[in-house]
Amino acid sequence: MSEAGLNRRHLLTVATSVAGAVGVGFAAVPFLASWKPSARAQALGAPVEVDISKLDAGVMVRVKWRGKPVWILRRDAGMLEALPAVVSELSDPDSDKSEQPDYAKNATRSIRPEVLVVIGNCTHLGCAPIERFDVGAEDLGGDWPGGFFCPCHGSKFDLAGRVYAGVPAPTNLPIPPHRFIGDNLILIGDDTGVSA
Amino acid sequence: MNAARAEAVGGGRGTRFLNWIDARFPFSKLMREHVTEYYASKNFNFWYVFGVLSMVVLVIQLVTGIFLTMSYKPSAAEAFASVEYIMRDVEWGWLIRYMHSTGASAFFIVVYLHMFRGMMYGSYKPPRELLWIIGMLIYVALMAEAFMGYLLPWGQMSYWGAQVIISLFGAVPVVGDALVEWIRGDYFISDITLNRFFALHVIAVPLALVMLVVVHIMALHETGSNNPDGIEIKQHKGPDGVPLDGVAFHPYHTSKDLVAIIVFLAAFSLVVFFAPEMGGFFLEHANFEPANALKTPELIAPVWYFTPFYAILRAVPSKGGGALLMALAIVFLFLLPWLDRCKVRSIRYRGWIFKFALGAFAISFVALGYLGLQKPTAGVELGSRIFTFVYFAFFIFMPIYTRLEKTKPVPERVVFDGGH
Repeated sequence: MSEAGLNRRHLLTVATSVAGAVGVGFAAVPFLASWKPSARAQALGAPVEVDISKLDAGVMVRVKWRGKPVWILRRDAGMLEALPAVVSELSDPDSDKSEQPDYAKNATRSIRPEVLVVIGNCTHLGCAPIERFDVGAEDLGGDWPGGFFCPCHGSKFDLAGRVYAGVPAPTNLPIPPHRFIGDNLILIGDDTGVSA
Repeated sequence: MNAARAEAVGGGRGTRFLNWIDARFPFSKLMREHVTEYYASKNFNFWYVFGVLSMVVLVIQLVTGIFLTMSYKPSAAEAFASVEYIMRDVEWGWLIRYMHSTGASAFFIVVYLHMFRGMMYGSYKPPRELLWIIGMLIYVALMAEAFMGYLLPWGQMSYWGAQVIISLFGAVPVVGDALVEWIRGDYFISDITLNRFFALHVIAVPLALVMLVVVHIMALHETGSNNPDGIEIKQHKGPDGVPLDGVAFHPYHTSKDLVAIIVFLAAFSLVVFFAPEMGGFFLEHANFEPANALKTPELIAPVWYFTPFYAILRAVPSKGGGALLMALAIVFLFLLPWLDRCKVRSIRYRGWIFKFALGAFAISFVALGYLGLQKPTAGVELGSRIFTFVYFAFFIFMPIYTRLEKTKPVPERVVFDGGH
């Protein structure tokens, strides 16, 4: 075959292959997209309402929102005093690298200073840290001011969910969108109308 | 008279049937090429049984797996109870499940020994680089298979183990969080995740595994098997074209392998019947509790075969760094054929440097495996870092120390007992 003929054949082979590859790419889209959260999974991610009227100071409850553990802790006076004391040991004390709504980007990481609403999945690999409010716990170094400890890889968080420096977790525990819809009623997963 | 006529066209009824097949499908040709006239070195030692044993375990896993799917329910609401149903109500269900769970660990034991054999005798060196890479792909597929299978019982360890491993993908820059959500198919590990892992565990990955095993064997039979002396037996052929140091795979190697299979099955049965949990190593205690999304078990540890990599992950105080190092621990194994610059294959004729390095590597792998099972204390962290360093040093410095090695002369023909 002449050289022009061979060039033409080569061009056609490449063109056909490229067209085929594009076709395969398009055909793959539905299959890959089928792995995204389905309409039902999205609907089940609706906000949840929590009544905290029976929650005593210094006590925490766990609720489930989008399958994740959400902790609600009513901090007592001692706990709130401990927050500024640990700032020098934290990795992101001002929550600049962390995930939270603007109205919770403050010293207590909350709307009301005493009520902490936080997602209880370690930002390292997603384990649920344990509440360790026992000040001075021996296994956490004796000068432990109280906070959360992840049993999986040893990450430590303070009572505002802020991560300590030198542990595997990169950022503070995320704060979910939430708002108060009554004195003692919190809606988790919806924050329409809340301003920073 | 019929018999006489059959003789005339060559053979009895059996032969005529075979001829009929062979005219339509290359049965005899395949048997000759891959079984009766595939010549492997006559000085194979005990290390050479683990390839066959991994095929035996693959068959055990396929057969028991098929039967488990008949009673298992891949839904978050029913999975845990359906496993208990298999254990208590299905006739012989306990045996089938224990064979499958023990088979998972047995698979990794024989595969790790098979890989170590390859490293000792230089079976990854030219012309067997592709053979090694295909083998590594099998290993990666096996890890994916084991990981996804571990979610299916929907126990506490299933759930939180999957949580940790899937979260690793969150360390990928930019798309990490979206990728995690895409893998889970939900905002958390849910029924949806379980259902897709089931599909991958019973269809997609086993299919890939079986195909890769076929490709692995095809590559092996193209290059020919290596041997404990690391020399090419094809270089010395008899007048019949058969390697002088080779013996046919069947009946010689098969009869040797049969002994190994019997010993293996005896050990396998001991575990299945008397210690199916292996003290928490094969089946972890935390997994006897149903999955609970609100409570992480006190100590999360993967099953023993993943713990070396898990210890590497924990040794790094950064999420991205830990995940990256863990991935590199596998990637370096793929690169072995190009990192090792020594011309001599077998450890028998290599210098002390490589023997020392391989020994240090093996020790670091086992030590990391042990450390990955322990609670994350300061001592465990320090130990993990030291052995992580040793693990990577083996690969990183390999191009240097393998060039400095003083090797011994390699024999022309294979020897027995290391030449003693």
